[in-house]
Amino acid sequence: MTRIQLNVNETIHDVEVEPRHSLVDTLREGCGLTGSHIGCEHGVCGACTVLVDDQPVRGCLMFAVQADGKDIRTVEGLDDDGAFNALQQAFHEHHALQCGFCTPGMLMLATWIVERGLPVDDNELREIMASNLCRCTGYRNILRAVRAVLDASGQDGAGA
Amino acid sequence: MTLIGKSVPRLEDRELLTGTGRFAGDQNFEGQLHMRVVRASLAHGRILSVDTAAAAASPGVFAVWTGVDVADVSPINLRPGSALQDLEKCRQHILAQDIVRYVGEPVAVVFADDPYRAEDAAELIWADIEELPPVVGLMDMPGEFAPGVSTEPAVLVKGYGDVDAAFASAAHIVDCELSVGRHAGVPLETRGALAIWNDDENRLEFHAAAKIPHTNRIALAELLGLELDQLHLFEGHVGGGFGVRGEIYPDEVLVNLAALRFRRPVKWIEDRMEHLIAANHSREQTHRIRAAINADGLILAIDDEFWFNQGAYARTHGATVPVVSATMLPGPYKVPAYRATGRIRLTNVTPAGTYRGPGRYETTFVREQLMDTIAAELDLDPLAVRRTNLIAADEMPYERPFEIGGKPIIYDSGDYPESLARFLDHVDYDAVQAEMAERRASGEMAGAAIICFVELGGDGPFDDVRVEMDTDGRVEVITGVASVGQGVETVIAQICADTLGIDYAGITVTHGQTDRIARGQGARASRVTVMTGNATHKAASGVRGMLLEKAAELLQSPVETLEISDGVIGIVEGLGEGPSVTVAAAAAEILRGQNAPRIAVEESFENDRATYSFGAQLAVVVVDPLTAGVTVERFAVVYDIGRAVNPMLVEGQLVGGAVQGIGGALFEEFLYDETGQPLSVSFADYLMPTAAEVPDVECLVLEDSPSTTNPLTLKSGGDPGITGAGAAIAAAIGDAIGRPGAIKRLPVTPLRLRAILRGDADRKQEKNNAENGVST
Ligand code: FES
Ligand code: FES
Repeated sequence: MTRIQLNVNETIHDVEVEPRHSLVDTLREGCGLTGSHIGCEHGVCGACTVLVDDQPVRGCLMFAVQADGKDIRTVEGLDDDGAFNALQQAFHEHHALQCGFCTPGMLMLATWIVERGLPVDDNELREIMASNLCRCTGYRNILRAVRAVLDASGQDGAGA
Repeated sequence: MTLIGKSVPRLEDRELLTGTGRFAGDQNFEGQLHMRVVRASLAHGRILSVDTAAAAASPGVFAVWTGVDVADVSPINLRPGSALQDLEKCRQHILAQDIVRYVGEPVAVVFADDPYRAEDAAELIWADIEELPPVVGLMDMPGEFAPGVSTEPAVLVKGYGDVDAAFASAAHIVDCELSVGRHAGVPLETRGALAIWNDDENRLEFHAAAKIPHTNRIALAELLGLELDQLHLFEGHVGGGFGVRGEIYPDEVLVNLAALRFRRPVKWIEDRMEHLIAANHSREQTHRIRAAINADGLILAIDDEFWFNQGAYARTHGATVPVVSATMLPGPYKVPAYRATGRIRLTNVTPAGTYRGPGRYETTFVREQLMDTIAAELDLDPLAVRRTNLIAADEMPYERPFEIGGKPIIYDSGDYPESLARFLDHVDYDAVQAEMAERRASGEMAGAAIICFVELGGDGPFDDVRVEMDTDGRVEVITGVASVGQGVETVIAQICADTLGIDYAGITVTHGQTDRIARGQGARASRVTVMTGNATHKAASGVRGMLLEKAAELLQSPVETLEISDGVIGIVEGLGEGPSVTVAAAAAEILRGQNAPRIAVEESFENDRATYSFGAQLAVVVVDPLTAGVTVERFAVVYDIGRAVNPMLVEGQLVGGAVQGIGGALFEEFLYDETGQPLSVSFADYLMPTAAEVPDVECLVLEDSPSTTNPLTLKSGGDPGITGAGAAIAAAIGDAIGRPGAIKRLPVTPLRLRAILRGDADRKQEKNNAENGVST
């Protein structure tokens, strides 16, 4: 067992892990943050996507020890005391979720796109969001929701 | 205020968007053990011994079971009414007894204090299995499942009319062989289960249940030897269902049995590889279909023989998929005489069950490819052939002279030709075809097609709902339904709020909790909105009646003069001014002096007729001639739902279903090698569409043909997106390569399409050679 420190959503978690424990397992079991989901454990579905030092990462492909000392952001950190942030609100309004299992990963990936601050055209948006699988929505409404937030923040595709 | 028909946002979203859901893996109980299943690595073999010593001695291990430890538990039953002939003799034990029959069959289980340690120990178990010859191919000669039981345990025959006479007098006979590969629902959350013995209540509790908790409660109690009141099921969040999740599999029984025996909580979360080899597969069928046609392309009769790959064992659905296949194959067309012979075959691969749109996805592909083949052979326009055969509006209600599950097949309402016409207009099909012709003329392999289908759902026999209101006017709707993510809570709250004249957002909808209501039918077969919706309407009407009666007394005004709007009971607008009273106050008055905390009305809605609705789909594709890769440029769905409670959610179902169906049409398939080893065991082999492989699906939701089977006139809406998707993609590819009807098998992988294109090229070459006098 190794003791590591994860700064998750601006809260320090001191946790004991085995070297083989994945980051997502540790977030879920060690930190009690079960919002990040596990859909495949082999890096394809993206349900486990979290931001590590503001970069999207497959939580199932990173060992917890690799994240020692890093800043991690998960779905639990998005809302402001229960008030949806812009992405959450857009997902809600555009019916961008059904079962909601892929949603945390989709939200974190989209967070990265929005926070990058770069213009994103529809093709690029589709390419990036294709990193994650959703089995329910057929993607249309997820793309619309992210598009709406990008447009509102001036990141439309014009000139991209 | 009317809420039915409004696209209000979902009540379910908050927890799911903030990461506070309660999926199976999110739940834990103090002192729980973790179960890990050891699965057969051979497709067919006799178990000689299972060595568990090393596993039992492994750190953290509490117990290890093999077949002998659970020999007293009977195999898992088929659902009442779903068995056929010898199918019942082919049930699965929760742990293999002597023989293993597919790779993935549970052979042993380990219980340990930590999931990693349980997995470590499971790897130490050595099962010595003597190999037996496997049957892998659906069309291979049947063998023996067990002494005296064939691997073709049941053959079903359905039909009507004089098929042979029709063929004898037909102007043309068209035949083809068509197959659909093995797909599955593959929800993004794998299966999971938690069971705990509750000593205070003297009962076993099964958490993370799904789909059909009440039905499963009865079946599980019987298997475990419990009285019904000693077992309760509790549904949490469910990460997708699609027919797969929530059936009783060996794994779920083992979790419950262990919690019962150990008197300790037991948790099991499946991993993805397990899911792909252990949860129900579906779809795999081969049809040899013939049609008798007159000179105009009118079908006089269809004669179909099909083979259905049930996999290694009969599972809970019994013969459901082949039965639905046989009954729904004629779809939206008249087909005056019809015969279907379905051969249910067992093979040494993962057992099969239902997957969203069961029997319809497959047979819509088969029927619509048949239509294209007819068009090609008679040199007719594919759309014209479909129009010629569509059931006309004045033929409604249309009865197919046979039954499904003991019930007659009556298409309740619809104007199929009109719905199709509206769709053609909506997608501007003339322009689409002109564009395709132009692109083909310039050398591109681009094509478009429209296919038609009929969807069924809204199935009974009953649904119970209790509507309760407390003295603050807060409402809870308690149902026997389940949620698999489709938006049940919102839709039921809308119907309840609409009936009561209150806001939907404050309504709590309870589902999947067997201790809250005695009976339930769960979420299966696209039935929730229709059945639970009508039961909710009935129960809420009862509460409404009580409120109005009390208000009439309080306001000194007859009931007929009162209405409820925005939670306030007052004089109907236009009948003058008067005092008013809030719903909460009226409820408090009703409850005054009683010791019940809530008003409660429980109602049952019964219905023995399914709803039938028309749909059509458009696919536009382009084929890369070099790689034979298919790009779907456009996909559109029309569906006449009769009446949409929440159009936004209906569209969500259509779009999501269509994309799943496109997956099955182009990418998804469980493949096996000749020894029965599964080749599709990860998301790198079983390819589901991402956002990059699909266009934004367009929807046209019609409300032209209300159902006549239920007071709210609702029809089902869960499956129409997926039902036609395989057919539409196949037909569009046929158009793109200039050979309607050429696609004989789904999915249309590049390898298969390239073989078709190669065949075309070879034929062309041969023809050229012949014309040029070159001998081949
Ligand atoms: S769980 Fe990490 S990518 Fe699927
Ligand atoms: S909403 Fe169910 S997987 Fe995306």
